[in-house]
Amino acid sequence: MSIFSKILSALKGSAREIGESVVDANATRIYEQEIHESKAALARAKQDLTLVMAQEKAAEREIERLGKEILRFEDHALAALDKAEESLAGDVATRIAELEAERDAQQRARADFAQHIASLKDLIRQAEARVREHERELAVAKTTESVYRATESISQSMGSGASKLGSARESLERIKERHTLTADRMKAAEELDAEFGTKALEKKLAAAGIGGDANRKEAVLARLKAQRDADRAASDEQQ
Amino acid sequence: MDAALQQRIAEAGRRLAGQLGAFEVARIPGEVVVFKVEISGREELPIFITQADSQILCICYLWTERDVAPSRRTALLEAMLDLNIAIPLSSFGRIGDKYLIYGALACEAGADDLAQDLLALSDNAVDALEAMAEYLH
Repeated sequence: MSIFSKILSALKGSAREIGESVVDANATRIYEQEIHESKAALARAKQDLTLVMAQEKAAEREIERLGKEILRFEDHALAALDKAEESLAGDVATRIAELEAERDAQQRARADFAQHIASLKDLIRQAEARVREHERELAVAKTTESVYRATESISQSMGSGASKLGSARESLERIKERHTLTADRMKAAEELDAEFGTKALEKKLAAAGIGGDANRKEAVLARLKAQRDADRAASDEQQ
Repeated sequence: MDAALQQRIAEAGRRLAGQLGAFEVARIPGEVVVFKVEISGREELPIFITQADSQILCICYLWTERDVAPSRRTALLEAMLDLNIAIPLSSFGRIGDKYLIYGALACEAGADDLAQDLLALSDNAVDALEAMAEYLH
């Protein structure tokens, strides 16, 4: 059963209270112990592996050495035969036979080592996969438990649990309202700034005698006077 | 470690102040270390930050089972599932009877990562609440 299935069935289990341990504390401890043991076994297996690999290398070197030794004695045996030293050649042949037997033994040992290495590597791969799987399961279990306990703390700090989360719709309304309010306020502030900004400037301009309003009185008077003068001139002409 | 996390959250808050508004961080009493982040203007949607095993979880509770209109419950769940992958940096979830949206970060995440996640999460929470309102009472 995968860890996800285990968590799901734990969560679905009989009306459980949030905060109650989602994962059996005892099971968690067993898991942690298993991980610890698997890691120790892994370390041992890796140490064994290096030892066996060293032995394999040593066997290989020995096979090579014996091979050269055999070739050397074969040369000697041939030389003895050339000199018709039958008895000496026989002695050398005996030595060669011994060396060959020794080489065969080393070759068998090397094959055994190779097989041992392969099975150790298999073991290590399996142990590593097991550790990874246990660690992952533990992480999922611990995370689940942790978020449930955190939620319990959060609920308690909010008051009477879930009810204090408030109605979702009301929350949304309040956030929206506040958002609109802020937006309205910002708009009002902009308008205000624009209005007061312009008026203040116009006042300053007028005070300095600049702009349309500055000489309005004089302009009106001049216009009226000009109109009166024009009216008089017209009536003078008629008379 | 807890103090370091609180410091990172506060630093993330300073970086976000311009975009999100004032940021208040407080530790919640309880056996598990949980920090509550309240964002000015979004007080209804506080974000809770807790370290769970190998990750930092930033959680924002959205609504409870009681808020869900029973006749639209399946449609709500489907909508959440459909939307889940499109939501930037956050995912929907549920703890007990509480529906939530959350972001997960590696334990060594810095203030910048936190700031990015919190900004996305807060925006996502408001959007999610608005989008899902039609399935709620």
